[in-house]
Parts: sequence; C-alpha cells; structure tokens
Amino acid sequence: MIGLIASLIDGVLVGAVYGLAAMGLTLIWGVMNVINLTHGAMIVLGMFALYFSASALGLPPYGAVPVTIVIGFAVGVMVYWIAVHRVIGRPHLMSLLSTFAMNMVLIGLGTAVFSTSPYNVPVALPGIAWRGYTFTGTHVVAAALALLIAGLLYLLLHRTRIGKAIRAVAANREAAELNGIPTTQVLSFAFGLGVALAAVSGALIATLFPFNVLSGGAYELKSFVVTVLGAMGNPAGALMGGVALGLIEGAATPFMPVSWTPVIEFVLFVAVLISFPRGLFAFTRS
Amino acid sequence: MTIPRLMLIAAAALATCSHTCAADDTLTIGFTVSRTGKLNTESTAQMRGFELWRDEVNVRGGIAAGDKRYKVSFVSYDDESAHPRVQQLYTRIINQDKAQFLFSPYSSGLVATAAIVSEQHGRIMLTTGAAEEKTYKLGNKNLFQVYSSADLYLAGAIQVVKELYSKAEPALVYKDDPLSKAVLQSARKQVAEAGLRTALDEAYSPETTDFGPIINKVISAKADVLLGGGHYSDGATLARQLHDHGARLKWVTLLVAPDSPNFATLGDAAVGISVPSQWEPQVSFKPDFGPTAAEFTQRFQAEYAIEPGYHAAAGYAAGLLLQHAIEEAGTLDQIKVADVLNKMDVTTMFGRTKFSTNPREHGLQIGHEMVLAQWQKKDGKLVKEVIWPKAAKTADILY
Repeated sequence: MIGLIASLIDGVLVGAVYGLAAMGLTLIWGVMNVINLTHGAMIVLGMFALYFSASALGLPPYGAVPVTIVIGFAVGVMVYWIAVHRVIGRPHLMSLLSTFAMNMVLIGLGTAVFSTSPYNVPVALPGIAWRGYTFTGTHVVAAALALLIAGLLYLLLHRTRIGKAIRAVAANREAAELNGIPTTQVLSFAFGLGVALAAVSGALIATLFPFNVLSGGAYELKSFVVTVLGAMGNPAGALMGGVALGLIEGAATPFMPVSWTPVIEFVLFVAVLISFPRGLFAFTRS
Repeated sequence: MTIPRLMLIAAAALATCSHTCAADDTLTIGFTVSRTGKLNTESTAQMRGFELWRDEVNVRGGIAAGDKRYKVSFVSYDDESAHPRVQQLYTRIINQDKAQFLFSPYSSGLVATAAIVSEQHGRIMLTTGAAEEKTYKLGNKNLFQVYSSADLYLAGAIQVVKELYSKAEPALVYKDDPLSKAVLQSARKQVAEAGLRTALDEAYSPETTDFGPIINKVISAKADVLLGGGHYSDGATLARQLHDHGARLKWVTLLVAPDSPNFATLGDAAVGISVPSQWEPQVSFKPDFGPTAAEFTQRFQAEYAIEPGYHAAAGYAAGLLLQHAIEEAGTLDQIKVADVLNKMDVTTMFGRTKFSTNPREHGLQIGHEMVLAQWQKKDGKLVKEVIWPKAAKTADILY
C-alpha cells in the first residue's frame, strides 16, 4: 500500500510536467484550430536550450529556465510565420502536413548538428524520504515550477490585455477583428506562447532524465493523450489531464511490467475519445 | 612543422627501415561504428582499440602474409546504433568497398544483423562487443567471437552475493535487448542454483529514461540486491537514479556501463557498483604474441589520454588475432585463414582465446574467462578494482 502511494505521488509529480507540455499543444489548438506537429521538436528545443545555457553560458540549470522560455517564444513566432500563418482557416490536413514537414526539418537539422547521442544535465538536489521511498528533489522542483508556470499562464490569459485578446480570437476571430484586435499578431503571439510552454516543459524534463534529439516523440504522444483527457483547447484541463495521466501511470506500474504503461495510456486515449469526445475535464473550459 | 623537417623525418624512417618494412599492398578491413545513437560510448571505445592496433601494425610495415606485406586500411561507417543501417552498410562494405575481412559492430543485437550479411558473402568476421550466444548457433562458418559469452556474465556476481549475503533476494532488472536477455536467462538459473529467491524480475524498454517506477518496485519487493542493466546509456541513468532514490541496496551489479571510464562521472552514485568485465588493465596474462596488458594500457593512454576499458581491449585483441591468423596462414585466403582461427588456442593481452569448432556453435568463444570489477574510492578518487575471481583480484570487495 505504501508502495502504491509512493508510486501515485511520483506519478503526480511527473504528470504536472506532462500537463505543462500539453498546455502548449492545447493552447495552439484552442486559439487557431491547428494541431502542432512540431510539438515534440519544440520540447527537444527546450531540452537543448537548457543544456547549452547551463554548459556554455554557465547558468545554473533552473536559472536557465527563463532563457528557455524566451528562446521557445522566439522560435515559435518564427515557425508560425514560416509554416502556420498561411494554412490557418484552411482544411486541417494542410496544417498537419505543414507542421509535420517543419518537424522533419527541425529533427533533421538537430540530428545533423547534435547526432542522436544522449545528453544529460546533472542536477543534484536532496530528495524527500518517506517510509523507505524517496521523492527526488528534481521531480519536486520540476512539478512546482510546472504549477507556477501554469499559474502565470492563467494570469496572462485572464488578467492582461493580450490574454483577453487571445481568448477573444479563440472565441470568434472575425468578431475580434471587427473589434479592432490585430488577430494575426495575436495568433503569432499565441503560437509563440504555446511553443514556449513546450520548450520550458522540455527544459524541466531535461533536469529529470537524459535526452537526445529524438526524445520529443514520446512526450509529444503523451501530450496528445493529455490533451484528449483534459479537453482540447483547454489549458487548465490539460494540466489536470497531465496529473491524471501521471496518476494512471503511478497506479498501473506497481501491478504490471513497466513496459505495459504505454499500452494502458493509449487504450485510455481511445476510450476517452469514444466516451468523452470533449475531454474528461471539458467542464473546466472557460 | 616545416616541409624540410617532415622530409628529414621521412628520410630517417626509410633509412632505418629494412626493405621488408614497406608494405607491398593493402588489406582492407571493414566495420561499422555507432558514432551516433545510444551505443556511441562503447562503440567508440571498441573502434579506438581497432585503430590503435592498425596504427601499430602499419608502423611496423604491415601484416606479413607469405612473401608480401600488407598495410592495413579500414573502411568504416556510422551505423547510428540502428539495425537497418548495419544491414545496408555491411552489404556496401563487402560489395562496393571490397573489404577482405570484417570486424563487427558493437552490441549483440547489431552483430546478429551484421552476421547475416557476412555469412551470406562468406567473409570472416571477428566479433567484439557481442556476447549473445544465439548468433553463433545458427550454423555459421566464418564468425569468430572474441568476448566470453553471455551465460558467464553474472556468474561471478551471483557467487559473490551468495558468499556475502546467503539470504539475499535479488531484483533482476534489465534492458529488453538481446545481450541483457541472454545474460539474465542464465542468471535466473544461477540465482536459483545459489539458493536465492528472486524478489523481482522485470525488463525495461531500451527507450527508458525514467527508472523511478522500476526503482519503486524494487523497494516494494524488498529486494536487497540488484543485478541487470543493459548498456552505457541506460545503465548509467539507472545507477544515477538508484542513488537519487536512495534505494539502499546492499549490492548492485550492472552490465557494461560501469566498465566505461565515463562511469566515474557519476561520482558517489558509482561507488560500490560492480560490473562483469571481459578484461581490466590490471590483468597479468602472459601473451604468446603482442603486448602485455600493461603495455597495451600504456600505449592506449598515450594515444587517447584515457584508461582503456574492455571494449577497447577487445577491439585491439580482434586485430591481434586476425593478424596472427593471416601470418600463420601465409595468405589472405578466407578458407586458410579461417582454418588457422579454428585451430587457434592462444593467449594475448586479452586472455586466452579459443573458438568452438562444433558446427552447432561455430566460433563461440570457449577459452576466455571474465572478471568482476567494482568502483571504489581510494584517496578520494574513484578507481575500478578487480574483486573476483580471488586469484585475479586487485582489491577486497567493498560491501
């Protein structure tokens, strides 16, 4: 029983980071109806941004997190203008293909420059011991930062002019345009914000586990599962979906081989799509 | 360096060299290296062993085969630690690059793929970095395994655990790949024969980076010993996370990873961790030919500024064994060289080498023995000591 509780707590800690990663994906979907297939590559961008900020610039790992947000935002705005701007409002297949192609370019460039060898950001923090189990300090800090950033996102969306503009464009772009909101710039900002969230989640993941250029794929898949769990287009739902996914992983692993976890996750993915097409936490959509 | 000085050195080299020093022709050996991907660390070490041997042979005028001397030339490509690339590249190495002999890639999985291609083309391949036995039990004629096979890997560690902790309950936690599964298949039987109860037996995906769930299961199962791991990337991560999670295990033996000098970068997480090793720099075999282990270690350190692990030593030994076989055969003819390899029972800096000639397991290494090494702190520095067998140990067991 103690082991199960420890596993659930670990699951929640990692789930908060999954939720942060998915918030970026779901924000972009909610605002502009685009499924961003560069999401995995942007998570990897955050991992490498943290790695090089810590190693090349000598920044402490957590001190480099704001740098990662800035880099992610800048790259996101650039990707918007290159791959997304012209396909907004077009059939979904066009945005899927456009972002998929961009993803291939980014992964290809990353592989050419960094190869597929593993990288590691060593972070030593004391853990919290409990009844023979230890919750590592890095997990606790990553979860705390994920919640903090989610809170800041909420404040941005609900307490600032740009946030109000983003929500207006998400609700009805034409009406927002008629009210004088420069919707194209808002979309660009929102995409940059979504990518920044993906990048910062990558940075936090890099403090937990080793990574390589191809690591984004697994977290991108988890982001899709979380987005479906949490209600598509709903950042708050995404955070709760991430925690829910972490809880499911934590509940399952004590009772079955760890390698079965992805099977459980994707069975759940299909089940929720069929039973709750709007997401488990659709009631939280603002 | 100025051109006149270069010419002076070249002239001096030629003047001191007898007429037999200059090579008449070139012998091409082909192989792939995992320059990228998860197997990069071990594969690079293996390649350095190949290259050191090649450079030394060429300085001495090449390999003598009959009346001719052959300069050794390598053709190698990056296999990206991926099976499809190994298949493509070995086909290219044989058909387009016309390599006369082959060295294997690193890892049992990739060697199994390369062996299919080498056997199709009837090329001799010395395999290093490939302990899984299955590859040699498929009816081959031209494979020659340098490593001890997988069933011996954890035998020493289990014996040590039984001596130290007669009521230990080991957790078998290992990577889902050919080497680790082959090692653990034998280890299960050895644990049972030692009278120990297995507390947990679980494989993890090669892509695993979060070992937290498995470590929690080890703690929940009340295991006090952990045996397993995989290769460097996952093994080092597992070791680090065991330390971070405060798993409080009495004994940890991991495959492969702790043998790499890079493992010392884990700091305190490395202390006490043991590894079954094909070779350590401290071994004192009396070689029938080639350098001693100490001489090889010195030359490797001079070249690469790092102590060699067994991956590099095996790479070097593969070169020595092939050279010896060609020189004894007096020819590059595949059949005659294979004949010499089949009859070979020699000792090099790597230890004894003898290949099985039983058609059901041709090329399996039946002469070489493994040691168990452990990371210990001496005067504040991390060093790897040989702790088993007792006859070969350089330090007492740390437990």
